Amino acid sequence: MPFVRFMANSLPQRRKLVPIWNSNLQALALFLVVLIVFLGAWELGVQLNVFSQLVPSASRTLQAFWGWVSDPFFDYGPNDKGIGWHVLASLRRVVTGFLIGSAIAIPLGILIGLSDVISKAVDPYIQVLKPVSPLAWLPLGLGLLKDSENTALFVIAITSLWPTLINTKFGVSNVDPAVLNVARTLGASRWRTIWKVILPAAAPSIVAGLRISIGIAWLVIVAAEILVGGTGVGYFIWNEWNNLEITSILTAIIVIGLVGLLLDRLFGLLQTWVSFGQR
Amino acid sequence: MISSHVDPVDISSTSAQLALNHVFKIYPGRQSWQDKLLRQTSPDFVALADINLEVEANTFVSIIGPSGCGKSTLLNIIAGLTPPTRGSIKLNEVEISKPGPDRGVVFQNYALMPWMTVFENIRFAIETVYPHMTIVEQKNIAREYIDLVGLRGAERKHPHELSGGMKQRVGIARALAINPKILLMDEPFGALDALTRGFLQDEVARIWEQQRQTVILITHSIEEALLLSDKIVMMTRGPAARIAEVLDIPFPRPRRRESLDQYPAYHELKAELEMHLSQETRAVEEARIKVKP
Ligand SMILES: Nc1ncnc2c1ncn2[C@@H]1O[C@H](COP(=O)(O)OP(=O)(O)OP(=O)(O)O)[C@@H](O)[C@H]1O
Ligand SMILES: [Mg+2]
Repeated sequence: MPFVRFMANSLPQRRKLVPIWNSNLQALALFLVVLIVFLGAWELGVQLNVFSQLVPSASRTLQAFWGWVSDPFFDYGPNDKGIGWHVLASLRRVVTGFLIGSAIAIPLGILIGLSDVISKAVDPYIQVLKPVSPLAWLPLGLGLLKDSENTALFVIAITSLWPTLINTKFGVSNVDPAVLNVARTLGASRWRTIWKVILPAAAPSIVAGLRISIGIAWLVIVAAEILVGGTGVGYFIWNEWNNLEITSILTAIIVIGLVGLLLDRLFGLLQTWVSFGQR
Repeated sequence: MISSHVDPVDISSTSAQLALNHVFKIYPGRQSWQDKLLRQTSPDFVALADINLEVEANTFVSIIGPSGCGKSTLLNIIAGLTPPTRGSIKLNEVEISKPGPDRGVVFQNYALMPWMTVFENIRFAIETVYPHMTIVEQKNIAREYIDLVGLRGAERKHPHELSGGMKQRVGIARALAINPKILLMDEPFGALDALTRGFLQDEVARIWEQQRQTVILITHSIEEALLLSDKIVMMTRGPAARIAEVLDIPFPRPRRRESLDQYPAYHELKAELEMHLSQETRAVEEARIKVKP
């Protein structure tokens, strides 16, 4: 009898453990294997002189990476700053430009989402300007604003405009007609309908637009900073290229990727928060 | 108006009488030159032809008719959501032209705001209709109607956490909480399973005993109509649907579904309704078969 009970108790527990090992741990193991094989091949290739002389060894790169990341905020003059300062400078530009772009894109998107006439009137401008690389605006910005810092903000603002604009318009013009009818039967004013019904209903689309925008803005800032210079991760990369410090460039690439991932996750959280209960 | 909220059993003054006169609804077909060019034209569609109906105050009226005959169209016209092509709709002698809070609407698909809790959905309606009411009073009314439909304890839930029956309770509470003169319901229990439907029918009957508002209910169910109504309006099939007949349902209230069939008139009325519906439905099917080849 005790033996039977023991069997009955232990079986389901074992069954529970197996799927966890199967999915998450397997993936982690595979990830580590790929990483080790990659680093090993890299190290071996450099030792055997397979690559060009410029390529640093994996071990040297990891050491440099740790050097930069463990002390991100040192400052020995304009050309010798910790990578943390550069990340902060780039983030400040991206956030400021993104806020300016969003402050234009969201109201405009609501307007064209609400009015068919305005939508049709503005659509040609959007269609023509949207496919243009944001960097094409950079010389124009320099010419008009005569200031590299403002030009970077200008470029980021334009970058953040389009996805937010288009998503906001989509969200606003696709609100469930049933809830709009509810507002109508209650005699809700236009303003109240917009604030209390249309905006909350469109919020998931709007935040999806913001998420795409900040992602592209983070892509574009590196290129913009390589061109305008001064501070920021883009400038850092260019500066280290001039010093032929490939390890620093690789470090910067990983850091840029991690910061981009973080931004995306933040907006992902915001997205789940505003779309609670919807869809 | 506000004081009547405190005492929902108050009758006549808040309710309303409705009159439809020569109401037509014609959905325009596609006949522009672009459609002609693409050979996509379609003729105008006469959904409702010459609907005349008087609904007295404090009566419960059901509208029954074959599928697709124009019941929703008629209710939407009364709600003000769809304009009639011709004819007039008067609520207490006043012509109706747009939606308004004098008519409470319960929708078939519930139409709750998914980002609002049960409580917020109801308070949104109250706040919209009575913007000058104090927040405390708004909350009290919301609570009162949550109790009325038996949703106490679910106030903080969001619609996606509710069953269909609970969602429709919220829909009913929301429509009642603004104290409308007339309640319009378009197949409110159509999407529910039979047990839940019966349960909610009893609830509506109970609430109606308390409030005695004018109600217009669209339904496919003969039993539902017989249980709840003072009058049943039978519509003919579309296109150009009309009112075929209005039946008086004389059973005393409060009614109980188990004992309703003990009244002698019950079986007669039920047979008449069933015959009308099956006749019209058969005609619809026959017309469809003729059109196809
Ligand atoms: N916007 C519209 N444009 C053209 N025709 C329409 C439109 N809305 C409804 N109709 C037509 O009018 C007729 C009546 O539709 P309605 O939805 O009022 O019927 P119903 O009686 O409510 O049907 P059901 O019992 O299936 O709910 C249908 O034949 C439908 O095809
Ligand atoms: Mg219908």
